[in-house]
Amino acid sequence: MSAVTEVAPGYRASRTLPLRVEALRQWRRRRTLVMGGVLAALPFVMIIAFAVGGGQDGRGGRDGRITLIDTATASGANFAATCLFVSAGFLLVVPVALFCGDTVASEASWSSLRYLLASPVPRTRLLWSKLVVALGFSLAAMVLLPLVALAAGTVAYGWGPLKLPTGGSLAAGESVPRLALVVAFVFVSQLVTAGLAFWLSTRTDAPLGAVGGAVGLTIVGNVLDAVTALGSWREFLPAHWQFAWADALQPHLEWGGMVKGAAVSVSYALVLFALAFRGFARKDIVS
Amino acid sequence: MKPRLPKLRLPRRRHTRLLAGAAALAVVAGAGTWTAAASGEVPAVHRQDRMVEMPGAAIDTSYFTAGGAGKRPAVLLGHGFGGSKDDVRAQAERLARDGYAVLTWSARGFGRSGGQIGLNDPAYEVKDVSRLVDWLARQPEVRLDADGDPRVGVAGASYGGAISLLAAGYDQRVDAIAPQITYWNLADSLFPQGVFKKLWAGLFFTTGSADGMRPGGVPGTDTAPASGRATAPAPGPAPAGGATACGRFQPELCAMYERVAVAGKPDAEARALLEGRSPSAVADRIKVPTLIVQGQEDSLFPLDQADAMAKAVAANGAPVSVDWAAGGHDGGLRESARVEDRVAGWFDRYLKDEQGADTGPAFRVSRSGGIDSTDGAVQLRGASGERYPGLASAPRRFALSGREQSFANPAGGAPPALSSLPGIGGQLAAVGAGLSLDFPGQNARFESEPLAEEVRVTGAPTVTLNVRSTAADGSAVLFGKLYDVGPDGRQAVLPSQLVAPVRVENAQQGAAVELRLPAVDHAVAAGHRLRLVVAATDLGYASPAAPATYTVAVRGALAVPVADGVRTASAGLPAWVWGLPLGAALLAAALLGIRRTGRESAGTRGGVPQPEPALADVPLEITGLTKRYRGVQDRYAVQDLSFRVEKGQVLGLLGPNGAGKTTTLRMLMGLISPDAGEIRVFGHAVRAGTPVLSRVGAFVEGAGFLPHLTGRANLELYWQATGRPAEDAHMPEALEIAGLGDALERAVRTYSQGMRQRLAIAQAMLGMPDLLILDEPTNGLDPPQIREMRDVMIRYAAGGRTVIVSSHLLSEVEQTCTHLVVMDRGRLVRAGEVAEITGGGDTLLVTLAGPVDEGTVAKVAALEGVGAVTAADDGLLVRLEGATATGLIAELVRLEVPVSAVGPHRRLEDAFLTLIGGAA
Repeated sequence: MSAVTEVAPGYRASRTLPLRVEALRQWRRRRTLVMGGVLAALPFVMIIAFAVGGGQDGRGGRDGRITLIDTATASGANFAATCLFVSAGFLLVVPVALFCGDTVASEASWSSLRYLLASPVPRTRLLWSKLVVALGFSLAAMVLLPLVALAAGTVAYGWGPLKLPTGGSLAAGESVPRLALVVAFVFVSQLVTAGLAFWLSTRTDAPLGAVGGAVGLTIVGNVLDAVTALGSWREFLPAHWQFAWADALQPHLEWGGMVKGAAVSVSYALVLFALAFRGFARKDIVS
Repeated sequence: MKPRLPKLRLPRRRHTRLLAGAAALAVVAGAGTWTAAASGEVPAVHRQDRMVEMPGAAIDTSYFTAGGAGKRPAVLLGHGFGGSKDDVRAQAERLARDGYAVLTWSARGFGRSGGQIGLNDPAYEVKDVSRLVDWLARQPEVRLDADGDPRVGVAGASYGGAISLLAAGYDQRVDAIAPQITYWNLADSLFPQGVFKKLWAGLFFTTGSADGMRPGGVPGTDTAPASGRATAPAPGPAPAGGATACGRFQPELCAMYERVAVAGKPDAEARALLEGRSPSAVADRIKVPTLIVQGQEDSLFPLDQADAMAKAVAANGAPVSVDWAAGGHDGGLRESARVEDRVAGWFDRYLKDEQGADTGPAFRVSRSGGIDSTDGAVQLRGASGERYPGLASAPRRFALSGREQSFANPAGGAPPALSSLPGIGGQLAAVGAGLSLDFPGQNARFESEPLAEEVRVTGAPTVTLNVRSTAADGSAVLFGKLYDVGPDGRQAVLPSQLVAPVRVENAQQGAAVELRLPAVDHAVAAGHRLRLVVAATDLGYASPAAPATYTVAVRGALAVPVADGVRTASAGLPAWVWGLPLGAALLAAALLGIRRTGRESAGTRGGVPQPEPALADVPLEITGLTKRYRGVQDRYAVQDLSFRVEKGQVLGLLGPNGAGKTTTLRMLMGLISPDAGEIRVFGHAVRAGTPVLSRVGAFVEGAGFLPHLTGRANLELYWQATGRPAEDAHMPEALEIAGLGDALERAVRTYSQGMRQRLAIAQAMLGMPDLLILDEPTNGLDPPQIREMRDVMIRYAAGGRTVIVSSHLLSEVEQTCTHLVVMDRGRLVRAGEVAEITGGGDTLLVTLAGPVDEGTVAKVAALEGVGAVTAADDGLLVRLEGATATGLIAELVRLEVPVSAVGPHRRLEDAFLTLIGGAA
């Protein structure tokens, strides 16, 4: 090698760990497939549940309020909205925490992290690829559920307008963009969980610790949001806005709650992601 | 008149919240029930309660002041119908803190005040206000415009709003007013277009009757404070006539009501009585700045009342702002906090003369969005315009289809169609869940084409009808409603649940009548239709009892007012919605900006050292390397380590466990950063992720694979992760070294320790790196594999590449390596060629049978070809300088030295064995 050769032939730092490769590395993992399976199966479980339960005889439930559950079997779009409703609180938190919390910590626990870093994949580049792929998988999980629900629900209950619990309905064609908006907001609102999980993932070699920590802190947020004594401080809890997507299922699309929720979530996520990148760049890799 | 009317029992939705704002205004309060608010108040507000004797009644007043003794403007706050001064106490205290002297009072016939209800009779209630102004003028802290003329504003909602207009009309000392949800012309409000608004009027008059509103008898009163309600005594000064239908009303009002209610239609005398007591009677005398707040969901005092007010006051040349708030008598004032702010701003500007005070836009309308999912409240947004557009702004015309239709006025006017109900209703329409009912055969319908684009109605649409009636007197009472009908034709929303009544006379042969529909602010989406329904009945109004058939046709187009100048403010989001992410982004940037790629040594802090061209061919040079792990500060993992590796060498890094070998190799790979010192690989200083590491292949401290992938997939993905061309990988050679055969296609989790080891070494060799680092490569391998691995390493270095092997086994490195670096406890013990260190034959240990004496040493040293000679424990160490071992033995024998053995001396071995214990 001559004196001018700094790197091995063909090596360029910006080309290391391409997203496609990282996605392939994660794709064949059992947890990815199990998660996908659970989310794809949920709509069918619910269809069976509605069939066994005899549908919506209890129209109106408590307080005479009509909830999404009451209208679940009205159409495919309603069914998809209902599936989102029952899973947004917790079920969709799990894939996000899993994909983002596991991604670095599991590499550390397998010792493959040090070989990637020595190959060398620059640390920022490695985190970037892993973050994008983890978020991509999270988004895919969130899209998968309503998509399967919409397809299965359309077969089971027909293609029709989205009946709104607040009264009125949305035309079938208009309801699909609304559902897409719901998914988009749920994703943005989960960024804070993603940030937390990702940051923990760079701090620990135990994948379960990162995933569990993120889920745990999300639950703590929910508990705090239930403490009404906190008053308007609760507006700065991401959990406070987790159901703001319901605003997208109103006759008048209401942006306020979603914008506020997105602002809170994005803010926390930015700081957490920055902490992850900062900490990881300085960290001694001893795993 | 105060809302909080008995709400007829309807399916309850979210009354509690939606009506809460109105509750304070609405309570039918008894005296002495206001203790709760007294505690916990900011003590700075001083309150003084007095009963003021006035002609015919004692008036209960409260006077609020706060702060020092400076002069300040005064504000009079009126209360709603059925309420008392206590309803406005919170607002009074707030205004007092804002620097006003605030006087509240219970109007005649309400609260603890005596007297009779005169519906703001100029002879009584209005004169009372003038006397209160007199009293204010005598208070030392009240600012005066002239002797006996205080600087004073009047505000109030409903009944209290009307008195503010009347006070400004009758008393020229009033300087600014802020009437809210009130009437301009009470006759027009209760008898719109000659039709008797019987439900509201009935509630109105029974509220004023002593026992007409007994809490226990009224459903839907749950929004009032329970204690105040349940225990409210009948108002103290109730006249003995409380048992009569009229309660505390003035007899002439009572008689008028009873007469109209029985007739089912108003007469001229009734109109005259009410008009005489209405602000409209003094329209030309109200010349003060006026902030008009009117509710959009108000079937009692609809928006056209505010329109008349605004026009009259503006015509007198005074500043006017019009605010269409959400709510009203049908829905409670849902924006009381915002309205209070606006009133305070209005008074700041026109009473305190603060030029900078924000009086708000000339026209503002609250528009509802959806429901806030976090608390279930309807979201509101303000839209504003620079001028008040009126109710007929820039009308757009829509043709209505539908031929002439005939329908019946049922005998007795029953069953009636349903639109709004007093105290309920309008807010349901805001979320698209309106409740309205038209009976078939009792109405005519006319519909527009689907709208090509969204149209926002702001004002009162109008249409001309041709009406024919079969009634004996040729009259007809019709109710016009304009529905917003969804594309499916079934979902019909009646904006604000409002309906416009009209009485047509002399229509036996047909008559043209202009129907002015209710004034609303409502967006009709594209694709929706406008549907005009003309009905014969409505629950809220009295319609003729005699059966008749009406025939109605539409003449001309429907004119829909549109106020394009009124724009919705860019969403009323708090500043933190933008500030928070911005701050977070700045914080994130700060966190990343001060990041360093590893802790750098003091000399090079702030940048990566320049590469040294002189070292470009030196695979590795380490100087002064030092590392202590966090938490183990007392012990160095590596201390002041320096050595150099030349091209083509196979270097053995030798040392016992814990000597710092692996730490050194980790620093070499950029995984951990040194505390001091420097590592240069081919002249480039090593940092985390330094590109030159691409020329280094490493196997350190065991294998690291993705257990769910096959061996082959692991190697392939690893190579792809480096981003280098696939053909540079030399995959077949590497796989041959791994020697895994079919096992390559199995998941790595099924591999044995040795298989993983070999796969990892193969991975390190991918791409044939110029520097290959192998840490304990033979662990877990069986003897044939160990031998093979040695050959691999030797062959690898023979190609001009460099290999570093670390081991704690002397025997292993001895057989493979050309050079050695020996470490112990983080320090360098020895570095050099293997032959040099292990004593490659030039030094012999001569073991003697007897003791070593100085003479023998001197004799041996004197021999030709012998260098240094030193005495050891049990013999001599002899370094040969030209002599051979055979020759030396012969000479020793000749010298009669008692030789028992001669062998090569490994100078290192004794020390090393001690270091690594018995492991060797």
